[in-house]
Amino acid sequence: MLDILLSSLGQLFTLSHLLFMVLGVLVGLVVGIIPGLGGIAGMSLLLPFLYGMEPAVALGMLMGLVAVIPTGDTFASVLLGIPGSSASQATVIDGFSLAKRGQAARALSSAFLSSMIGGLIGAVILTGFILIARPLVLSFSSSELFMLTLLGLSMVAVLSGRDLFKGLAACGLGLLVGAIGMAPATGEFRMNFGLDYLYDGLPLVVVGLGIFALPEIVDLLVKRGAIAEEPCQLGKGWRQGIRDVREQRGIVARCAAIGSLIGTIPGLAGSVVDWLTYGHAVQSAKDKSEFGKGDIRGVIAPESANNACACGAMVPTLLFGVPGSGTAAVFLGGLLLLGLQPGVGMIETHLDLTYTIIWSLALANILGAALCLVLARPVASLTRVPFATLAPLITVLIMFAAFQATRSTGDLLALGAVGILGVLFKQANWSRPAFLIGFVLAPGAEGYFYQAVQFQGTEAFMRPGVLIICALILAALFIPLLRSLWVKRRQASSVGAASTVRTEPPALGVIDVVLFITLLGTAIVAWIDVADLTLIGGIMPRLAIAILAVSCLMEIARCLMHRPQWQHQAIGLHGLWLAGFFTLVGAMLLLGFITAATLFCLVFLLAIARLKPWVAAVMAFGVTAFLVGMAEFLTLTYPSGLIDPWLFG
Amino acid sequence: MNIQKTATSSHSLGLLKRAALVGLAITGLGLTTSVQAQDVEVPGNIKWTIPFGVGGGTDVWARFFSPWLSESLPGEPTIMIDNVPGGGSINGANLFAVRAKSDGSDWLGTSASTQYPAMLDDPRVRYDYSDWTPILATPTGGVVYAQPSLGESADTALDALLEQPVKLAAQNPTGVELPVLIALDMLGADVQAVFGMRSRGEGRLAFERGEADIDFQTTSAYLSNVKPLVEAGKAVPLFSLGVLNDEGKIVRDPTFPDLPTFNEVYQARYDEAPSGNEYEAFRKFFASGYALQKLIMVPKDTPQALIDTYRQAARDFVDTEEFKEAAETQLGPYTPVIGDTVQRHLDDAMSIDDATRDWLADWLESEHDAKI
Repeated sequence: MLDILLSSLGQLFTLSHLLFMVLGVLVGLVVGIIPGLGGIAGMSLLLPFLYGMEPAVALGMLMGLVAVIPTGDTFASVLLGIPGSSASQATVIDGFSLAKRGQAARALSSAFLSSMIGGLIGAVILTGFILIARPLVLSFSSSELFMLTLLGLSMVAVLSGRDLFKGLAACGLGLLVGAIGMAPATGEFRMNFGLDYLYDGLPLVVVGLGIFALPEIVDLLVKRGAIAEEPCQLGKGWRQGIRDVREQRGIVARCAAIGSLIGTIPGLAGSVVDWLTYGHAVQSAKDKSEFGKGDIRGVIAPESANNACACGAMVPTLLFGVPGSGTAAVFLGGLLLLGLQPGVGMIETHLDLTYTIIWSLALANILGAALCLVLARPVASLTRVPFATLAPLITVLIMFAAFQATRSTGDLLALGAVGILGVLFKQANWSRPAFLIGFVLAPGAEGYFYQAVQFQGTEAFMRPGVLIICALILAALFIPLLRSLWVKRRQASSVGAASTVRTEPPALGVIDVVLFITLLGTAIVAWIDVADLTLIGGIMPRLAIAILAVSCLMEIARCLMHRPQWQHQAIGLHGLWLAGFFTLVGAMLLLGFITAATLFCLVFLLAIARLKPWVAAVMAFGVTAFLVGMAEFLTLTYPSGLIDPWLFG
Repeated sequence: MNIQKTATSSHSLGLLKRAALVGLAITGLGLTTSVQAQDVEVPGNIKWTIPFGVGGGTDVWARFFSPWLSESLPGEPTIMIDNVPGGGSINGANLFAVRAKSDGSDWLGTSASTQYPAMLDDPRVRYDYSDWTPILATPTGGVVYAQPSLGESADTALDALLEQPVKLAAQNPTGVELPVLIALDMLGADVQAVFGMRSRGEGRLAFERGEADIDFQTTSAYLSNVKPLVEAGKAVPLFSLGVLNDEGKIVRDPTFPDLPTFNEVYQARYDEAPSGNEYEAFRKFFASGYALQKLIMVPKDTPQALIDTYRQAARDFVDTEEFKEAAETQLGPYTPVIGDTVQRHLDDAMSIDDATRDWLADWLESEHDAKI
C-alpha cells in the first residue's frame, strides 16, 4: 500500500509526466476561462492525442485538465457575472456583487486560494476513501438521492429569506422549465410545443447564462459606467482576499469535506454541491444581510467545495464506471481510450494508476490555482474599464457559449427568452438562484422519486439514510426560524412586547404585476399541455405548476392583506436593450455568426462606447480572430447565414 | 371537372416525361462517373459525424478506429471526428441525412440508439437507413444476470424469476434494453422495469445496491464490472443474448461458451424454438442493437469504388494480430463485420413488418405504459 503510494508519487515527478500535466493545466485554464466550453471542450481537444499514449502520462494530462476547470471558470463568474459552467453558479451571486463593489481582486484571490485548499483536502480525503468507498457509494440508494435533491431544493427557502413566496414561485417555475423534455419514467415528451429544440429540454448553460449574465449586461448598459461602481484597490484587495480565507478556514474545511463526499455520490455531484455549500455559508453566518450583495463567504464556500467535488467525482467514475459529472463522463471516455476499464480493477490491479490520478489531481490543483492567483490582480482591472467597451465583447462571448450547448438556433433564442425572464426577475427582485436551483434539480428530483417508489415502495422513506437527510432538511428550514423567534422573545422581554411587532409591508411594482400575470398564464398553458400525459409522466410538471400557481396566489393574497408599498420599477430602457439583443440574433442568423458579431462590435464600439476608430477596428478584428480560431482548434460550428460561408469558408 | 382531371393528368404526364428525361441524363452522368470511379481518389479529409457527445461510448469507439482506418487507407487521409450530440443521436443523424456529401468525405457513426428510433418510426427521425451504405459494423453481446437471493444456480434463479415479479433498472422503454425486456417477457417473467437510468452503468449500480433483482450488461461492461461480482457470489449469470452468425442465426457467444443463449433457455423450458411476432421483434432489435451495434455508414450515392476501398481498408487491418490485441479492451472479443454481410443483416433488421410493429406497440403500452 505505502510502496504503491510512494511509487506513484515518484511517477508524478518524472519530467514527461510533469510536462504533460502542465499542458493539461494550461488547456484546462484556457477552456475554463472561456465560458461555455468547460471540461468537455478541453477533453475533446486532448482526446485525439490520447490513443497510444502511455497511460500514466496521459492520465496526468487529463487530470491536469479536470482539476483546473472549476478554478478557471471563476474569472468569468466573478468579473463578468457569467456562470462559466455548472460549477460556478453560486459563485456568481456574491462574486459578481463584490466585483461591482470594486473588490474583484479580493473575490478572485480568495476564490483561488480556497479552490486550491479545497482541491487538496479533496485529494487527501480521496487517498484513503477510495479504498473503502464501495460500500458507502452503494449505501446511497435512489431514495437517499431523492432526499439529497430535496435538501438542495430546501436551500430555496434559505436563500429567498423574506420574500419566501416569490422565491417559491421562482423555484416552481424552475422545476417546470426543468421538466421540459422526456419524462424519465415513461419516455413521454412534455411541453415541447412541437419544437424539436425542446425535446431534450433546455440546456443548463443556456439557462444559466440567460438568467444571470444577460440581465447583468443589460443592467450595466442602462446604468453606464464600469462594472466596479466603487473605486477599487487591486493590490490591497488581493491581500485582503488571502486574509479572508484564513479567517474563514472553518468554512473552507467544512465545504471541502461536503464537496468531496457529495462528489462521490454518482448522478448528483456538481449540481447540488454549489447550492448546498452556499446555503450552508448563509445559515452558519451570524450576519446574513450581506449575502447576495457581496459577502466573501458566498464566494469561499462554493469555491472550496467545487474543486473538492471534482476529486470526489473520481470515486464513482473509477470504481463503478458511472461518471458523477459531465467532465467526469468525458474523463471516463479517456480512460476507455487508454484501454483501462473502470471497475474494481482500478483498486485491485491498477492501484498505482489510481494513485497517479489522485496525486496528479492534487498537484494540478496547486499549479492551476497558483497561476490564477498570479493572474487575478491584472485581470481584475477589467472591472475598471467602462462597461460599454466590454459589453459587445461579453455579449458575443455569451452567445458563443450558449450556441455551443447544442449548436442550434434554438440556443440563441432560448438565451434571449430566459434573458427576458432574468431581467424581469432582477428588476423586481425575485430570486434568480431559486429559479436555477429548481431548474437544475428538477430531473433528479423526479427521476429519483420515481425510482425510489418503484424499487422500494413505501419502505423507501423509512430508511435510516433518508431519515437523517430528512432531519437535515428540517433543520435547514426551521432552525433559522426558531433562532429568530428566540432572539425576538429575548428582545421582547428586555425591551417590551409592543416595539418588536413589525411586519414589513410587501413591496409591489409594475413588473411584479406583469410577472404574476405571466406566471399564472404560464401555469394555465402548461396545465393544458400536460393534460394528456399518463399519471406518472405528468406528476412532476403538475406539482411544479401547483407550486408556481399557489405561491403566486399566496403572494398576491399577501399583497391584498397588507397594503403593499408601491415601488417604482423601471423597465423601458432594459426592454430596448433586449430588443437590440434579438435584433443581433436575427442579424447572426441572416448574415452569419462571425460577420454579424464583428459588425456588431465595430458599430457598438464606435457609436455607443465612442472609442477611437482604430481601437474599435482592432477589437472587432480580435473578435473575428477569436471566433475563427476557436472554430479551427475545437472544430466548432456557428450559424452560417448568407455571408459567413463566403468569407470564412 | 373531368376536363380538369385530364389536364392535371396530362400535366403530370409531362412532368413524368421530363423526370424520366432528367433521370436518364442523371443515369448517363452516373454511368460516366462510375466508369471514372475505378480510379477515384480517397478524399484528403474525411469528416466522421458522431451523433453523440465527446467521451461517450460511440465517440470512444470512433476515436479508437480512426487511426487504424486512416493508416490503412491509400494516402492516409485525415479523419476528423465531428461530435453532434442531442436527441439521443437523432439530431446528428438528421443533420447528416441533409448535409452529407456523397463524395466519400462524409461518414456517420451510428449506434443502437440511432437504429431503434428509425425502426420504431419515431416522429423526430428524418433519416432513412436505406439512404446509407454500411462500411463496417462492430457487434457486441450481453448477459442477463440475477441476484443470488433468487437462486444460487442459473436454473433455480430462472425458476424463481418465473414465479415472482422482478425489478430491472432500464433507461427508457425504447432504449437498448428493449430486446432483453422482450426476451424476459417471452420466458414468462413478470418484469417490472424501472425507467429513468441515464446509462447501463446506473442500472448496474441499482443492481449492486440490491434495488434491482436482475440486470443486463453488454460484454465489455460485464467482463470488467459484473464478472468480479459473479466470482464473489453476488450475481448469477442467467443467459447471454448470443451472437449472429453469417447466415443470420443466433448462436452461442464465443466470449461466454458456457452460458446458454436466450434461444436455448427458451427451447429448454418450452420444448420448442421461440417464434411469433414477439420473437420477430426480439430478433430484429437484437440484430440492429447488438449484432450490428455500431456502424460506419456513408451516403448511398458514394462511388462504389470508394466504398470498396473503404471496406478493403477495414479488412486489411481487422485480421492483424496487432489490431486484435488493441481491440480486446475496446470491442471485446468480437471481430468487426465488413461489407455485404453487414448490408444483408442490416436490411433484414431494419425492415419490420406491420404485424410485428403492431404487436410491439401493444406490448409496450400494456407492459410498460409507453406509447410509440
